[in-house]
Amino acid sequence: MTALTREETQALIQEVLEVYPEKAKKDREKHLAVNDHSIEQSKKCITSNRKSLPGVMTIRGCAYAGSKGVVWGPIKDMIHISHGPVGCGQYSRAGRRNYYVGTTGVNTFGTMNFTSDFQEKDIVFGGDKKLAKLIGEIEQLFPLNKGISVQSECPIGLIGDDIEAVSKKAAKEIDKPVVPVRCEGFRGVSQSLGHHIANDAIRDWVLPRRDGKAFESTPYDVAVIGDYNIGGDAWSSRILLEEMGLRVVAQWSGDGTIAEMEKTPYVKVNLIHCYRSMNYIARHMEEKYNIPWMEYNFFGPTKVAESLRAIAAKFDDKIKEGAERVIAKYQPLMQAVIDKYKPRLQGKRVMLYVGGLRPRHVIGAYEDLGMEVVGTGYEFAHGDDYDRTIKDMGNATLLYDDVTGFEFEEFVKRVKPDLVGSGIKEKFIFQKMGVPFRQMHSWDYSGPYHGYDGFAIFARDMDMTLNNPCWGKMQAPWLKKADSETEKKAA
Amino acid sequence: MANIMIQGSKGAYVFYLPKRDLEDAIVSMEFDTPEKWGGEIKLNNGGTYYIEPQPAPARLPISLRAKRLDAAE
Repeated sequence: MTALTREETQALIQEVLEVYPEKAKKDREKHLAVNDHSIEQSKKCITSNRKSLPGVMTIRGCAYAGSKGVVWGPIKDMIHISHGPVGCGQYSRAGRRNYYVGTTGVNTFGTMNFTSDFQEKDIVFGGDKKLAKLIGEIEQLFPLNKGISVQSECPIGLIGDDIEAVSKKAAKEIDKPVVPVRCEGFRGVSQSLGHHIANDAIRDWVLPRRDGKAFESTPYDVAVIGDYNIGGDAWSSRILLEEMGLRVVAQWSGDGTIAEMEKTPYVKVNLIHCYRSMNYIARHMEEKYNIPWMEYNFFGPTKVAESLRAIAAKFDDKIKEGAERVIAKYQPLMQAVIDKYKPRLQGKRVMLYVGGLRPRHVIGAYEDLGMEVVGTGYEFAHGDDYDRTIKDMGNATLLYDDVTGFEFEEFVKRVKPDLVGSGIKEKFIFQKMGVPFRQMHSWDYSGPYHGYDGFAIFARDMDMTLNNPCWGKMQAPWLKKADSETEKKAA
Repeated sequence: MANIMIQGSKGAYVFYLPKRDLEDAIVSMEFDTPEKWGGEIKLNNGGTYYIEPQPAPARLPISLRAKRLDAAE
């Protein structure tokens, strides 16, 4: 099927909206758009960061997911207490595959679940005493932890516990940072507010801890911000930066430690990968510590080379040469990857629906493989994300914000992409519909996808999914036979 | 009143309002001298905000409180 024209796409949106009641239709209409390069400000064509419509299937998370799951969770040498009932922590435990180095349970705690396991009596009488006791127990059982964060679940805000007071007292007792995070799940419309709250907690409780202390810095210090090391992403990014001569002081927050975060105010440039979840802290550091920040994109060789040059432009000639050297070193390797997979993937069409940065960042990687992204959307983006997306997407392609289960299925049925990239909740629906699918949140248990090394894996995975023989076997063998016989008769 | 951040440099200020994800260029600022800085500011999108006039900040970005006089839309 050829690409849809602007009118066809518009008609498709209208057709999909048809099933909604009048009021819901009016609301959802604002979240669906046809991309138009002539629009400068996204809010003229698409509304985002609004409350999901009751009664539809949304794929969003909550503020707790944004804070504990995304920003705080990967900090490996801290213990993150899921303060509240047991479920929130247990069902989000280790699901994001933030890889790290260390001995789990001894000096790193990434995949473990710590919870205060609220019971009825804690709701009635308050859970502050329990939290204080819990922090004492953690300190006794896991003495090598470097700090504790208290990630509030919904009930904490509802019953009005004073976790700040408990944390301050406990921090004095154990002489380690104890960070209260007010990320109750009901706050905000999606996980996006959780990112913001987590950033603010880092700003208030972590960054000032080393203010005025000595740090031996070099002119080439950078921090990688907003890379959560999913499947090892941050590692495959970091080696490129180090190879070109930079010193990576901190990784936020995949495979990161609290000591690294405290040292970040001494770096020369903050490099932001996930703009949505960590731009707040970058803006704060720009204001308070005078550190410039820049966004970069490490998906696909074209964008990696572009980003490496842009990063090098902030430094002297030594780094610029280093960047060219790195690009030249990997160019032949990447060409080999493209030569191998491009013929198998050329012209295939992809629809994406992911979180905060991938719906626009991975477009370059698909284009390097000769594939085309025909629809994209964010779960929890804000206007500034769409401002950036409009430029990256092709004209007359579909944009959908906080897409509902129904809309997404209908779009896929009509646009008929060769591949859908989204999360686990969408995976099996589309696979059962016979559409090849990749999880773009957790790289479908593969990865890394960042950097040059990641691109080789990305290309292999896309080929493995798209050209899998199983897609030709969607029909039961006995039904197929009947088909071919009738075909023969007809012929 | 809302918390805002003013970024950029003299002549090319950028206004950022986190709560509304509003990031836009400032086209005019009522007072823009080292002694008196601020007042009514007009944004590229047509919105108007007011910040208390004050001595010009030594360094940008700076976080301030601003009053909305007339938002775009």
